[in-house]
Amino acid sequence: MSLLELDGVKVHFPVKKGILFDRTVGHVYAVDGVSLKVEAGQTYGLVGESGCGKTTLGRGVLRLVDITDGEVVFDGTDLAKLPEEEMRRYRRRLQMVFQDPLGSLNPRQNIESILSEGMAAHGIGKDQDERREKIKEILAKVGLPTNALSRYPHEFSGGQRQRIGIARALVLEPDVIICDEPVSALDVSVQAQVINLLEELQESLGLTYLVIAHDLAVVRHISDVIGVMYLGSLVEEAPSDALYAGPKHPYTKALMSAVPVPDPEVEDRRERILLQGDLPSPANPPAGCRFHTRCPWAQDKCAVERPVLTDVGDGHKVACHFAAEIEAGELELTRPTGIEAVVSTEAVASQEAEVEDAAPEPASKVPAQAPAPKGEDAEHEAPADEDGAPATDGDAAAAESADADADGDPSESGADADAPEPDASAKKAGRTA
Amino acid sequence: MALLSVEELSVTFTAKGRKDATAVDGVSFDVDQGQVVGLVGESGCGKSVTSLALMGLLPNKGVKIGGRAVFDGQDLLSMSPRKLRDMRGSKLAMIFQDPLSSLNPVVPIGVQVTEILERHRGLKGEAARKEAAHLLDRVGIPDPSRRLKEYPHQLSGGMRQRALIAMAVACAPRLLIADEPTTALDVTIQAQILELLKELVDQEGTALLMITHDLGVVAGICDQVNVLYAGRAVESAGRRELFAHPTHPYAHGLLGSIPRLDAPRGEPLSPIRGSINDRIAWADGCAFAPRCDRYTMECLTGTPELTEPRAAGHQVRCVNPVLPKSKAEVSA
Amino acid sequence: MTKKADKVDRLAELMQTSESTSGASLWREAMRRLRASKMAIIGAVIIALFVVLAIVGPWIAPFSPSAQTWRGEVFANKGEFVGARSGNWFGLDHLGRDMFSRILVGARQTLMVGVVSMLIGLIVGALVGVLSGAAATLGGRTGQRIDTVVMRFTDIMLSLPSLLLAVSIAAVMGQSLTTVMIAVGVVQIPIFARLLRGSMLVQGSSDYVLAAKALGIRKKRIVLTQILPNSLSPVIVQATLSLATAIIEAAALSYLGLGNPDPAIPEWGVMLAQAERFFDNEPMMAAYPAIGIIITALGFTLLGEAMREALDPKLRG
Repeated sequence: MSLLELDGVKVHFPVKKGILFDRTVGHVYAVDGVSLKVEAGQTYGLVGESGCGKTTLGRGVLRLVDITDGEVVFDGTDLAKLPEEEMRRYRRRLQMVFQDPLGSLNPRQNIESILSEGMAAHGIGKDQDERREKIKEILAKVGLPTNALSRYPHEFSGGQRQRIGIARALVLEPDVIICDEPVSALDVSVQAQVINLLEELQESLGLTYLVIAHDLAVVRHISDVIGVMYLGSLVEEAPSDALYAGPKHPYTKALMSAVPVPDPEVEDRRERILLQGDLPSPANPPAGCRFHTRCPWAQDKCAVERPVLTDVGDGHKVACHFAAEIEAGELELTRPTGIEAVVSTEAVASQEAEVEDAAPEPASKVPAQAPAPKGEDAEHEAPADEDGAPATDGDAAAAESADADADGDPSESGADADAPEPDASAKKAGRTA
Repeated sequence: MALLSVEELSVTFTAKGRKDATAVDGVSFDVDQGQVVGLVGESGCGKSVTSLALMGLLPNKGVKIGGRAVFDGQDLLSMSPRKLRDMRGSKLAMIFQDPLSSLNPVVPIGVQVTEILERHRGLKGEAARKEAAHLLDRVGIPDPSRRLKEYPHQLSGGMRQRALIAMAVACAPRLLIADEPTTALDVTIQAQILELLKELVDQEGTALLMITHDLGVVAGICDQVNVLYAGRAVESAGRRELFAHPTHPYAHGLLGSIPRLDAPRGEPLSPIRGSINDRIAWADGCAFAPRCDRYTMECLTGTPELTEPRAAGHQVRCVNPVLPKSKAEVSA
Repeated sequence: MTKKADKVDRLAELMQTSESTSGASLWREAMRRLRASKMAIIGAVIIALFVVLAIVGPWIAPFSPSAQTWRGEVFANKGEFVGARSGNWFGLDHLGRDMFSRILVGARQTLMVGVVSMLIGLIVGALVGVLSGAAATLGGRTGQRIDTVVMRFTDIMLSLPSLLLAVSIAAVMGQSLTTVMIAVGVVQIPIFARLLRGSMLVQGSSDYVLAAKALGIRKKRIVLTQILPNSLSPVIVQATLSLATAIIEAAALSYLGLGNPDPAIPEWGVMLAQAERFFDNEPMMAAYPAIGIIITALGFTLLGEAMREALDPKLRG
């Protein structure tokens, strides 16, 4: 049995109006029937764009928002039906890491107080001394110095704050951690630190993650199974590699083709499926398939019948009436994908440019520009494969050795390590001076 | 002669009772006609301040600006405010990160667009309205004549950014500065906007200065890339060269720390340690040294110069760059 | 190996410059900003002088504030006031009492009126605000009902002109200094209540409160340790600012004749009221208490505004 099972979870927010007492005039269908299973020790990645309901779903699992319908079965208990006080006690085992590391920390509490608050609420540790010992241990695990205890959230950098947020969850020794956009507020170079930390912690503590993010690359990197959400429901679910190798839902295809890859080779070769239009409002979702208003392959049936998530083999589930036909290439496009649209506007625009401004110069610019980078590339192509790789290897090895050091002495005192953690060493030097 | 040539631009904020903060510390780069040049870096690297300085949008009080920025033969930094204002919008335009706060919330989109056409192109009445509708259509806003009457909050994020782009290109500017134009948008919308920008550059020959933190975006759109760190360019190269051979340890580390969609799963990331706060002044050495695995004593004695250790036109500000041969020295 | 150590030392040395103050809470940071603010210092100096005056005033006053020592002289002059002179630095009032002494002694009364009425408003208002705010943020449906009812009631109080409300209260309770203090205090109650509740609602929807809920912290504790401490800044600012309004409003009520009827205890507002009849002959008689009220109110306002900036540095342009 799975550690966490969601079955038909719905979260509908009432839209209220009224002067003295409010009347409900409609609903926002933030989450509209999501079923998924998270296996113990694994990472389930929930990906989708803003407004798809992924954050609401995460909060729904912890009952931070009211669940309208459905079951959230954690370790055999349906959380959705628990009385409030019992649910509160269950929260020790299900923790959350938030997107905004500064906003999710009380600015007027110091780190010790922030970290011990939850422990006190769940009766962990006899007294503050015992709690402090535990906190120190966890701080070391997440790579923060012990002197952080008496400091306040605003005195840390973004990455350190997120470590505090993770430590706050860890002190309760949870089974499941729901990570809601754990790295999206961080700088790129720091994101990797936090991602690695989450992975290390999972390995050493046997944690189960439900990671919610908009960044498909991040989700793919850390997840075993990925669920793609669109407008309140799952459109596709598959093991991470299978999803990347063969996305079956048109939305997943579009999403995947839109994620920029930091590699010009890939970027130049890629075929983009540009979606038309914007996400419809979750207060007034389209009938039938939620995606049919933007889907390049939408058929008549899609506007009427809502597809259900069905297993198409090897745990790959997709909610699309025509997934098989699209994959086989039997279905004609019913709507231009971006590439065609661009071409058409280009034609129109260049015509207009000629008529109105009589300026053919920009048009001739295009072919003149294009070959330039290619020529440049050909020159530098040869050494790329030979020496590029070893350099990376060397660095990876260096990073690994640094990691090993950090494992041995997690506070990263650094003076003897090959790659000293600058903050700590600076502090040390300062103290001895 | 480059369209825009920035030389040793520096911006220092001098607040009373506080230490001077240098946000941009000697940045130089060129933008040619029809070229897309990227300024890439993380928060605090000075990329946004650079763009604001070029547009003359920094406050007069408490800011010291040094260096030169020659655009079309004239120095933007020493230009009179009046002249700069005329230049802005006509020859020089900017797109911001947050489309909602860059649009006036109480004025319909149409009025905001026609205003620019009236001011800079002298169009009046019906002609201006027609041209505005044409512009919205040009940037891919469906049903433009209806949209002209709508207010910014009635448009979606992607549509707002399109409207902003329409306003920016209204006078066919020669240089477009885009400051994180897609950061606030979803990926599928981001793809639309990037496609639109590419198209504008290709068709109109507009030069684009793209300011972003997203290396993926850079890889897709920029011809020339400048990587900024702590207010200085640390690496500058053509995009293929840069991504194939990131040579400054920062650029190299940055590329190694990004999870890639097409990378096999389970490959560990190699992050850069510390944060931007762990740095030393450029005057004392390399600002990146505290976070660098490769720093030497030399890195801590004076600003490293830009050199071309790998290929012509590939500039790197590092005394111990990531080069294939130096591997043996490092391990020794 | 030594080379590596040198390297690390050199790096540490260069990074020393970026040493920051550590372990400073937001309150302490706010105090630091407050000390650096000229406005705060001027305000604090004025208030300090006023408080000192209020404490020592009755002892250092050269004459009794109620003794009509120069009564004969004033009456003999038939409406001609003597004005400032050595011995009577602020001149004499219409009954031949020494104005300087009356101002000194009156400071205490004025301060008391301000502080007591502010405290009435603050304590009752904060209690109502906490109740309402806590009910609204955490109490579910019943809580929201409670909140709605309480807030509609404060709305009604707010919609009445404050002076009218004060006059009515004073009319019911009779003429006394206590009446003035209560009347002025009651007027402040809805202001404090709404302010604290609004601030609590904002904080209640913040991420760290959500995080506290996710941690499984009990609701009561979330209100006390998370929401309340973060909601207090605007209330503290308002309390300082309302000391100024309380003093002015108390003066206004005294002026309308609702203040202290006991002539033996001077109060600036009452003095101002009494001076009105003689304004044509001796404007200075009104000027001294008026200037006193203005300067004191200014002091509290300056400090209040400076505190607002210090507590929320983002507000500064």
